[in-house]
Order: sequence, then C-alpha cells, then structure tokens
Amino acid sequence: MSVSLRVLDDGAWVSVNDAREVSVSELWRLDAPAFCGCDLPDFVVENVLSVGADGRTVSAKVYGQCIACGETGTPGWVPVGRLSDGEFTDIARERVVLPVRNDS
Amino acid sequence: MPTDVERWKSEVYGNEIREHLFRFAEEGWDAIPDDERDAWFERFKWWGLYHQRNGQESYFMLRIGTPNGRLEPEQLRVVGEVAKEYATGPGTNPIFGDAYADFTTRQSIQLHWIKLEDVPDLFETLEANGLSAQQACGDSWRNIVGNPMAGDDAAEIIDAWPVIKELNETFKGNDDHSNLPRKWKVSVAGSADGSGQGDINDLALEPAYKEIDGERTVGFNVRVGGGLARNEERFARDIDVWVAPEDTAAVAGGLSALFRDYGDRENRYNARIKFLVDEWGPEKIRETLQSEYVDFELETAGEDVRDQYTYNAGGDGRNDLLGVHKQKDGKNFVGLNVLVGRMGADDVIELADLAETYGSGAARLTQRQNVIIPDIPDEKLDDFLAEDLLEHYSPDPSPFMRGSVACTGTEFCSLSIVETKNRQVRFARWLKENVELPSGVDAFHIHLSGCTASCAQPQIADVSLRGMKTRKNGDPVEALDIGLGGGLGEEPQFARWVTQRVPVDEVPGAIKNLLANFDDQSDEGETFREFVQRHDDDELAELVEPEETSYEDPMMHNTKRTWYPYAEEDSLDAGPAPTRADGTPITSGD
Ligand code: HEM
Ligand code: SF4
Ligand SMILES: [Zn+2]
Repeated sequence: MSVSLRVLDDGAWVSVNDAREVSVSELWRLDAPAFCGCDLPDFVVENVLSVGADGRTVSAKVYGQCIACGETGTPGWVPVGRLSDGEFTDIARERVVLPVRNDS
Repeated sequence: MPTDVERWKSEVYGNEIREHLFRFAEEGWDAIPDDERDAWFERFKWWGLYHQRNGQESYFMLRIGTPNGRLEPEQLRVVGEVAKEYATGPGTNPIFGDAYADFTTRQSIQLHWIKLEDVPDLFETLEANGLSAQQACGDSWRNIVGNPMAGDDAAEIIDAWPVIKELNETFKGNDDHSNLPRKWKVSVAGSADGSGQGDINDLALEPAYKEIDGERTVGFNVRVGGGLARNEERFARDIDVWVAPEDTAAVAGGLSALFRDYGDRENRYNARIKFLVDEWGPEKIRETLQSEYVDFELETAGEDVRDQYTYNAGGDGRNDLLGVHKQKDGKNFVGLNVLVGRMGADDVIELADLAETYGSGAARLTQRQNVIIPDIPDEKLDDFLAEDLLEHYSPDPSPFMRGSVACTGTEFCSLSIVETKNRQVRFARWLKENVELPSGVDAFHIHLSGCTASCAQPQIADVSLRGMKTRKNGDPVEALDIGLGGGLGEEPQFARWVTQRVPVDEVPGAIKNLLANFDDQSDEGETFREFVQRHDDDELAELVEPEETSYEDPMMHNTKRTWYPYAEEDSLDAGPAPTRADGTPITSGD
C-alpha cells in the first residue's frame, strides 16, 4: 500500500496520506549527542524540512533549537511515527526520548 | 525532482482553480477526495483561501487583496458585512468576539472561519463590489503595497496609484505570471516618506528623479530581492535601473518573468527571488532583464529621495500615517489606530458609516495594520474627531498602542509557535498603564510574530518579538526572542536578536527595564535606534532585564496544542472540526 508523505505550508507540518500528523512548535527530547552539549537536547521544532520512511518508521528532518542551551540547527533524522498497513500511528513524541539517526 | 507542490501546480493552477473550488463548495467538504486534500488546499491559496491550522479542519482563512490598501466608497461596509455574515465559527475570541476583520501588514484583509460552502456567495458579494481574493495567497503576484494615500498625499512627488492600478490589472489573472516559483511581493510608492516599505519586498519601485532628454523626470528606481522570512532577512537590492511610469509594467513584468524562469522550483525554501539575487548579484539580474526580458534600453538608476524616508524609521517625521494630515485638495485624511489590525465587524460597519458621513465613504489600509479615513473637509473635522468610535480607534493613541503590530499566531496559523494578537493587546495595555517613554521619544514600535516567517515584520521594529519556547520551573511555556534596533529609512537596519527565549510573562517587565535603562544611559537627543547601534549585543542583553511584574499571561501553556486557544474545553480533540456547512461535526465514517 503506498503512503504519501510530504511537508506542507512552508515546513509547518508533515502530511501522511493527506492528514496532518506532525507540527512545528512540538517540543522533543532528543538522543542526539552530536547536536549540542546537552545530555538530551530539549528541542523545539521550528520548521519541517523533509520526511521519509525507512521500513515502518517515519522520520523527519527538522530545523529548530535546543531551548536549554540555544544551539540551533538540524539534528539528523528523527523518528516521528510508525506505519502499519499504510496507516500512521503517532508515537508519544513529546513524552519519550527520540533517537536521532545521523546518516543523511 | 520537482516538488509535489510544483507537480500539483503543473496540473491545475491559476484561474482554473475557481471552477473546482465552486464545485467542491456545491458538493460540500466531503467531495474533496481524501487523497487530494493536500493538493487542493495548496491550490486554493491562489484564490485567497488558506486552510486553518490543525484542529480547525474545514475552516479557511480568506485573504482579500486590496491594492495599495485602497477601499473605494462602500467597500469598507461590504468588508464589515461579509465578516459579520461569514467569518464566524465555533470559537469566540475573548477580546474581539465572534466576527472580525484583520487588516494586515501588506494592506490586505483577512477573515477567518470561512466555510468552503459559503465561498461562491462570498465571492459574488465581494466581486459585485469590486473586491477580490484572487492571488491573495499562493505563488504569484500578491497584493501590491504602497503609500495608501497615493494621489492625495500632499507629501508625494509622484502619484503611484495609476501605476499600481495598471500593474494590478495586468498581472492579476495573467496566465504568463500566475504560476511563479513562489510568492511575488511588490511595492510601488511615490511619496518621499518611505511608506511603501519597498526594502522588504521582492520588487520595489521607489520614487526617483532622472534627467531624460534634458528634463528632470520623476519615475522609479528598482530594487529586487527583499524579504524577512526564515532567518534569511534581506533588504531589496539596487539593480541600477530607473523606469518611467509608462514603462513600469514592462520592467516589473520582465522581472517576474525572470523569476518565473530562473527561480528555484526544486526547493521551496530557496525559491524566493532574494536567493537568486544572492546567487547572481544585482548586476546579473540587470543584465538578464535587459538581454532577455525588455526590448528597450534600460536607464541607469536616478536620484532617489531615500534621505527623506521617515516611515518606520524611528527618527523625526512621519513614522506612521496616524493622525490628521492634509491632502493635496485641501481636505484631510485621518489615520486611526487599529490595535494589532483587528476590528470587530460591527465596528467596521460603524466606521463605514462615519466615512460616509464625514468623508467620501472611502477608506485606506496601511502597512502598520491601521485604517485611514480620507476626504474629510476642514469644517467636518472636529465633529469627526469627537465621534465615540474614535475613542477606541484613536488618531492619537498611546505610543505603545500605536507602535504595536502582531501577526495571526496560534489562533489560526499552522506555522506558529505562540499566541500573538491577544497577547500583544495585553502587552500594549499593560505598557500603557505602567511605562513612560523617555521624554522626547514619541514613536516606539513593538512587533510580535509567532514564528520566523515574520508576517508582523518584527525585524524592522524598535523591539522585535518572535515566538519561541522555554522552560519555567521545569514546565514548557511560550517564550519570545527579543531583538532591538530595527527600522527602515535611508539606511534600513534589521533588529539584532540580543535576548533569547524570555518567558512571555517576563516580556513586559523586560521592555519596561530596557526603556528605563535607555532613559538613563542615552545621550541628549539620541534615538532608540542610535542608542542600540552604539552598543554591542552583550551590552544590549544586559539592558534587557526580563522580570515578572503585575502583568499576567493566561496563555503560557502550549496554545498550539489546542483546537482553539480560548475555548473552555481547548484540547485538540475537543473541537468540532471538520464540520459541515452548518457547523455540525462530520464524524469519521459519515
Ligand atoms: C494563516 C496565517 C499565515 C500563514 C500560514 C502565513 C505564512 C507565511 C509564510 C510561510 C511566510 C514566509 C514566506 C517565505 O518564506 O517566503 C510568510 C511571510 C510573511 N507573511 Fe504570512 N502567513 C500568514 C498570515 C500573514 C498575515 C496576517 C500577513 C499580513 C498580510 C502576512 C504577511 C506576511 C509578511 C509581511 C511576511 C514576511 C516578509 C517576507 O518574507 O516577504 N502573513 N507568511
Ligand atoms: S509570523 Fe508565523 S505565526 Fe505569525 S502569521 Fe506568519 S506564519 Fe503565522
Ligand atoms: Zn542543548
């Protein structure tokens, strides 16, 4: 089953099958040692840059900043949800630690 | 690979979107196929309809483009009436009520909570009265801005209105220019006060003199590639071209065609012409315009009047268009303050009555979100100024009211990070009650944008506020970055972001302390901008001392995680959207 993944409204949100799923202004805890000096960056999403799926995991590249230290930029791919049978399931993005993948 | 947006645009775009829009309106929200929603919402923007944010599905913002902010007699009333009839939804704003119109920083009008099903009737009413939403959003020529008093302003050196009118008529609905890589924002001004704000537009035509066949002729210098969005602010760059009024359509059309052909369609973030100017430099823009897009010899730039610019410049002279001013014909125009640009529909209608009683019925919108009533003869002026409505929409408000500009924010906007308009109203009211401006300072601009798109033009204010988040006592709260010292004028300058992530309830205290420090440490006669200029960022950060005060902010929580920030039950799934034409919820499986 094909899934359409796209970023719309100038990076405001991720569309999965024409429904709005991930939005700027979310606050994520990242496991991203390379991003800033913080243990687990406290990261606010300001812009979604791209979205893709790797197997069942939907990941996004976003621009934003760590609100603890102020570092700005783009961590690697951040998992934002899962697919099963073409349906998107949220993960509790604002309550778990999200492991960042650093390949491009 | 072209983006999805480019693919959709290549399939259906421009005028033809209208028939589809009307078909969906006829058949109802559910008629839009599930897997075509993204495509249609992207396209609807071209006809001025912007789908509201998450939690408000099936409701649209409608933008009406009023070229040069010019409302002919009766049009202001129509705006009030359609706002009253169509711009109501399930949410009530605690400050502005149920139906209101927003006057924007690009001299347009925005209505919210519009239902697709109402669009044909709404368009019919607008168009029957000479108003239109065509190209108000989307990738094409947007509403043309300028000095809204063009033609009447005693301070102008050339009447820009005929030029704006011609450009608007030529490039609205023009198939050759309807599908550009990105938005195309144009400013045309003929007054010497800088009120066109050309520097922050994709294309700026600014008044300038040129010796033509031995005669000093008034026309326009051309600048290209301004814009504020995404931490990539640029002032428009001088491409060394002067154009006579009768050639403006050829040159402006040449530039938008150049943008159409050479702008980046692969990456929307790199698409605005400001990036092409970065890449090519102004010389190559000029050369390409000359060799490929115009068939006459371009003149080099003429003598501009930028040294007379005062609008939004932070010094002496006209920083805005509020108050009473003389027109060329001896009548007066009166600029009225509309705090954060929002006006209740009943007030709009009442103001239309006043415009008719005292003026010609016409009205004008400014780039500082205010409204002007023109054509008031001297003998009626005092009575007009004594009208009750002007207590609220004052020609001479507190500097903190007068200087406030705010964007849409989390109330309706997908990109937002924080609540904006209502917050700016609370800020302005608190500052008015609690803070004195240093003596001699009578203009002080504070602009609040909910994100880096910068719709409120924060970078050109004395104090720039931009939506962010932080933690306070461990909890996430809405916050603002604070920038200082921005403004236009002969030498425009973007604000410098000196203090980051200040919890919103500490921002009024920060501004109060900053102003006290400025009063203390400034030199005799020094403007705020000059004061900022001679300090480095660290010194400035010291002068901004965030502090809790008597100001209380009821919207500290994540207002984006609500279906509507002001609802009693505000959680994302408590809202009724999407709804049918009559507002009843459509439950899935229907
Ligand atoms: C639903 C609400 C809105 C949304 C989603 C929205 C979206 C955007 C976006 C995405 C940008 C960045 C443009 C770019 O990258 O080229 C932008 C910039 C801008 N918008 Fe809005 N906007 C909204 C409301 C407004 C309002 C109320 C105004 C006033 C007319 C406005 C005027 C502007 C201006 C002046 C800029 C920045 C300057 C520039 O880059 O040219 N927008 N807006
Ligand atoms: S500045 Fe950001 S939050 Fe404000 S209206 Fe523009 S896009 Fe929305
Ligand atoms: Zn950090």
